Amino acid sequence: MTTPRTEFLHGMRDELPILIGTVPFGLIYGVFAPGAGIPPLIAQAMSCIVFAGSAQFVIAQLVAAGTPALIVILTAFILNIRHMLYSASLAPFTGKLSRLWKWLLAYLLTDEAYAVAISRYQKARDEEHTHWYFLGAGLALWITWQLSTAAGIFLGGQVPASWSLDFALPLTFIALVVPSLKDRSSIAAALSAALVALLAFSLPLKLSIAVAALAGIAVGLVLEIKPARSA
Amino acid sequence: MSPLWLWITIIVVGLLTLGIRLSFIAFLDRAQVAPLLQQALRFVPVAVLSALIAPALFIPNGTLILSFTNSHLLAGLLAILVAWRTKNILLTIIAGMACLLILQALLPAH
Repeated sequence: MTTPRTEFLHGMRDELPILIGTVPFGLIYGVFAPGAGIPPLIAQAMSCIVFAGSAQFVIAQLVAAGTPALIVILTAFILNIRHMLYSASLAPFTGKLSRLWKWLLAYLLTDEAYAVAISRYQKARDEEHTHWYFLGAGLALWITWQLSTAAGIFLGGQVPASWSLDFALPLTFIALVVPSLKDRSSIAAALSAALVALLAFSLPLKLSIAVAALAGIAVGLVLEIKPARSA
Repeated sequence: MSPLWLWITIIVVGLLTLGIRLSFIAFLDRAQVAPLLQQALRFVPVAVLSALIAPALFIPNGTLILSFTNSHLLAGLLAILVAWRTKNILLTIIAGMACLLILQALLPAH
């Protein structure tokens, strides 16, 4: 027999292993964002308002390069479109909830909360308290993200520039991308996006990132569709 | 960017992101994502992040450096190897940073 309380705590507990990876990620963001020219208050506000780790990193990096706001917004938007897929896959389970619950859970819908919540929903289809599980997982991540970015911002001022800490950002991206290269089409998507980003590097307004991303997505898609047709 | 534009940027991105996350949960709960779009979305993180990684390794200071004196490139390649073998975020970052700092101490600055 589950209650809202047990489900909430269960969600928090299941999120714990993911939090271990979130802390260094948040710390690095907190160190990096002020170094990119974002005042500490705005850097922390971004963790609350945007609440999407990789988008926050990308915004900070583009701001550091002097990119105009519209291009920053466009690039962050492209990166976050993937959340639509999470929203679609959770929608069948959240249909009966009140509007407040839907908005709250949508706000907390990150890669990390989705991964945990969807597996719970798929295991316990008739469970009436599973939204509390989702809330527990999402809130655990939210609190961890806010505290770790705040700690990073606090520590950031003490790190000397000669440590090249800004290089931790592409390293973080490498750590996120490489394990997800599981098939031919995603490897091709990554390589073609990388190549186009280099070739288009001198495009104005850092448009090279958006152009390269679209090229990578197109290449991945073409490779994925082809074998399906010939089969 | 001025603080005002930074605020505008993060608020607009925040609203767009919330809208994306709400899309199916709150507004389109009977709709289905077209299979083609679903397949395309899978490649978004890989493509965007790769587009950010490549210039950081090959064009570290604004000029293309295709040689073994490019410490960013060497450290990045090591990090790719570590990420591939261990799938560990922290270990990848530590290995890449250590490699960069050691190489920068050894190699002459370009």
